[in-house]
Amino acid sequence: MIIKEDLRYTKEHEWVKLEKDIATMGITDYAQGELGDIVFVELPKVGTKVEQMKSFGVIEAVKAVSELFSPVTGEVVEVNSKLESEAGLINKDPYGEGWIIKVKVKDQSEINKLLSAEDYKKLLEQK
Amino acid sequence: MGYIPNTEDDQKLMLEKIGVRAFQGLLKAVPESIRLKDELKLPKGISELELVQLLQNISEKNKGTDKLISFLGGGAYDHFIPSVVNHILLRSEFYTAYTPYQPEVSQGTLQSIYEYQTLICQLTEMEVSNASMYDGASAVAEAALMSLAETGRNEILVSHSLNPNYYRVLCTYCERGGIKIRKIELKDGVTEAGSLESKISSKTASYIVQSPNFYGLIENVEEIEKKVHSAGALLIMVCDPISLAILKTPGEYGADIAVGEGQPLGNSLNFGGPFLGFFACKQSLIRKMPGRIVGETIDSKGRRGFVLVLQTREQHIRREKATSNICTNEALCALAATVYLSLLGKNGLRKVAELCLQKSHYAAEQISKIGGFKLQFPGQFFKEFVVETPFPASRVVKLLLKKNILAGIDLSRFDRKLKNSLLISVAEKRTRQEIDYLVESLRGIVK
Repeated sequence: MIIKEDLRYTKEHEWVKLEKDIATMGITDYAQGELGDIVFVELPKVGTKVEQMKSFGVIEAVKAVSELFSPVTGEVVEVNSKLESEAGLINKDPYGEGWIIKVKVKDQSEINKLLSAEDYKKLLEQK
Repeated sequence: MGYIPNTEDDQKLMLEKIGVRAFQGLLKAVPESIRLKDELKLPKGISELELVQLLQNISEKNKGTDKLISFLGGGAYDHFIPSVVNHILLRSEFYTAYTPYQPEVSQGTLQSIYEYQTLICQLTEMEVSNASMYDGASAVAEAALMSLAETGRNEILVSHSLNPNYYRVLCTYCERGGIKIRKIELKDGVTEAGSLESKISSKTASYIVQSPNFYGLIENVEEIEKKVHSAGALLIMVCDPISLAILKTPGEYGADIAVGEGQPLGNSLNFGGPFLGFFACKQSLIRKMPGRIVGETIDSKGRRGFVLVLQTREQHIRREKATSNICTNEALCALAATVYLSLLGKNGLRKVAELCLQKSHYAAEQISKIGGFKLQFPGQFFKEFVVETPFPASRVVKLLLKKNILAGIDLSRFDRKLKNSLLISVAEKRTRQEIDYLVESLRGIVK
């Protein structure tokens, strides 16, 4: 299982990467493994306002559905529309091609509330 | 012989466990004054033969559509049901089957539902259909909820010509959650374009229009569709499935959701229920769709099979976030519709629809020739029409019942302003002789 050092994580198994004020987010390798074959992602529309740790969408696997929680507060500037026809990209490449949305971040310091790679590793070890 | 499954010892043990000395102790919460003190005053037991005769006598007091000539409609119709329908319906494989959670033992049920969905899609010309809902009313309400979820808006516009019973169910569904329902006024019994234009906005999730509407009239859905979609709302069309054999379909009109009462398709009146709600929509809305959906797949050996699909929308998986709290369907009623439709085929259904159209127009024409009676609305109708009566419609209904005719629905039940309005429905089953008898009887009461 891969946990990338340069990313931040939520307890709900989302990752986020901040570049300037744009945060790219997706779900972790652990999360995709737990969910199994992902068949559908309900994406928000561009322009939707999201809030830290509030639900912004839904991810659906063959036998489970899970909420997606935003790691940061801001406005959706881009969604990965490839997922509409090929949700399995999240299984194949959760940190790359399987990214879900990009958000223009309101307050960059929010990122400090999230878990580091090490914290996230610890969280998983407790499971 | 008593039918209490647990023994005296069981009962004693249970009472001991919960710390109650005797059964009477469990009744403490029931006020003394309303408790039964003596034994029930029941007559002595009778033999099976005597019982059958007694019940026969009582049931003969009922007057059903087997004894009366029915011109009742308004959502429940006395169409002819070929005997093949019941023959298949009453097979225990269908009659006793439980919900098909296990596809490996439910292929028959699942296939019948899949065929039903296919037929509903063909009939409505919509892309997807679910496995059915409780009845037309609940299908309308579920469609409204679906439009709220899809658009993220909170207002539903409803034509005043929607079946008032459906409207009431819709209001019950929408009582909580800050949902606003606004009615669109009518002109000559159909949606008034101006009223729709002035009320529709960026808050509107959907517009619900019934065509043929509650008064039997065909709405100008083409014009309505443009107004609804240009406001970014969804168009929910409620329709009579039999009318779709000759009228423009919801699919052709570009409706987003098509719903209605499926009872006319091979289901008897069933004392007002169980009925059959059909529900179809555009493919793009499928994940917001309520209820069961059956899909076609292949098994591990590559053979064709059927399963429940997209269950992640449903309550048993999605819990409080489910698209609907209806997790079931009317499988047996849907089967009746399936058998009926496959038996009649495209041409047969068209014939039924044409007969409804012709016979109802013949009846309307003859009735308007009677002094004091006239058609209330000028618009085109399918199998139902409203007649203005020379005195309260309730009296017309009463007088014709004496002639063994169910003359129609007295509309004052739904709208106090419509005191002298009678809704008459003529299904293909009504003979010319029966229609003439209706006309003659109406003429008789105004003399």
